[in-house]
Amino acid sequence: MTDPNTTLAHVDIADLAAHDKTYLDANELVINMGPQHPATHGVLRVILRLDGEKVLGLECVIGYLHRGVEKIGEHRTYTMFNPYADRMDYVAAVSNGLGYCETVEKLLNVEAPPRAQYVRVILTELNRIASHLLWLGTHALDIGAITPLFYTFRDREEILKIYEKYCGARLTTHAFRIGGLQYETYTGFEKEVKNFLNFFRPKIDEYEELLTTNRIWVERTKNVGAISAEDCIALGVTGPVLRASGVKWDLRKAQPYANYKNFDFDIPIGENGDTYDRYLVRMAEMRQSVRIIEQAVDALPEGPIMAKVPKVMKPPAGEVYHSIEAPKGERGYFIVSDGSTQPYRVRVRPPSFVNLQALDLMCRGELVADVIAVIGTLDIVLGEVDR
Amino acid sequence: MVARLKGSYGSGIEPLTYAGQNYMVVDRSLIPEVLQVLRNEEQFDYCVDITALHYPQREKQFEVVWVLYSFARNERIRVKTQIADGATLPSSVPIWAGANWLEREVFDMFGIKFDGHPDMKRILLPDGWKGHPLRKDYGILQQDNEWVQINLGIESGQ
Repeated sequence: MTDPNTTLAHVDIADLAAHDKTYLDANELVINMGPQHPATHGVLRVILRLDGEKVLGLECVIGYLHRGVEKIGEHRTYTMFNPYADRMDYVAAVSNGLGYCETVEKLLNVEAPPRAQYVRVILTELNRIASHLLWLGTHALDIGAITPLFYTFRDREEILKIYEKYCGARLTTHAFRIGGLQYETYTGFEKEVKNFLNFFRPKIDEYEELLTTNRIWVERTKNVGAISAEDCIALGVTGPVLRASGVKWDLRKAQPYANYKNFDFDIPIGENGDTYDRYLVRMAEMRQSVRIIEQAVDALPEGPIMAKVPKVMKPPAGEVYHSIEAPKGERGYFIVSDGSTQPYRVRVRPPSFVNLQALDLMCRGELVADVIAVIGTLDIVLGEVDR
Repeated sequence: MVARLKGSYGSGIEPLTYAGQNYMVVDRSLIPEVLQVLRNEEQFDYCVDITALHYPQREKQFEVVWVLYSFARNERIRVKTQIADGATLPSSVPIWAGANWLEREVFDMFGIKFDGHPDMKRILLPDGWKGHPLRKDYGILQQDNEWVQINLGIESGQ
């Protein structure tokens, strides 16, 4: 089943025998890091070209989780497609739903009412914390630090409990609707979110205490997988990877959506663009998310939660591209409507797909063990890469 | 800026706006030049997305869309061009390195080839797959049964 076209180097054994060399003396070794691998965060196949333990180049083979979501989008109505948006990046489902709902709202030219916007921001920022916690646990686990995994998942449980009380689902939440929210927040929502923030704030310090000055962590992540800002921009890499390389750019500030203008928060950036900086940026982003949620909960207004949208949605013919700052990068939706109840084309611009292109550049010259660290630090979710 | 481009290329560029977003429909022959100008002179250094649309009723069936963003101007723009079935486009990889996988996906899903692409092959579907799924004449339940039978050993994927 292996297609020879997907390997990088073809070593002819007969040729080697003729030159009285053993196979192990060949300069390059092509190794497959197969789709089933505990550290690739999903079904990702990486073909490594190695010289001993040093990586000369690699090629990613993706598509194992391709479900044809964009094709499905053309055969579902706008409201029916909403749950599909969650299932692409299943870790950060809430923010994906936000992106899709906002794009369709742009097509319909409606705006969600203020209360809905505030609740959306609270849930989306909670999702950012949850996504970064999962990233932290699995990334540390890949590198060998097993302890943070248990604690990050425990903290993530608290967020998932809030989601379950709000909309009934923990992971693929389908929390938002086109035009606002479906469910009113439950009694005690603000109190629980505030309790969570008070519970969580010292936890970030705990994680930093475990890892930030830990000598093994620093040895394994400093100067590993460095990428410069120019390369990031040329490759289209966004999100914490871009910010760790020194570019102070966040869609929540540059092209604000969903009333992020009302909140006061910083954009953490790094200097060297290596794995350690990406770790610091994501930890700082969690702190900023806590800040945003606090401000949102304090300012939560009363009011309706759903704008006036027609029951049968037929947006006028046209096309819109809208993107949000998902925890992984810029997540964009390009929806083309032809005036009927079903979209003509739903294109999802996946941050993990575009960020994964940078893997080759980041891993050249690194050791094999660092490939695992870099895959973890890019924070990819294969559901989004393959759709 | 659009006025400047229109001045240089005249009828080849048609600027439009919808829902507050600007986009341009550009003639196929002007595409490599316009993209180059947008990157070098107008500072659209970030290629956000490359995608395509299929309109089987039209004579020029495919519409290829580039979504570009400029950090310096904090502006997003879309460039569209229309090409016929079987026509190819010059690759944007020399302009933006990130166009690599995006163009491969357009080829995989629509069958539009990009000349000069370093690695023009399928990305999401298996290499031997026949057919381009996002075209409108590809059924929603359709699969390449031959590939499924040979490679998976089952009668059909349904």
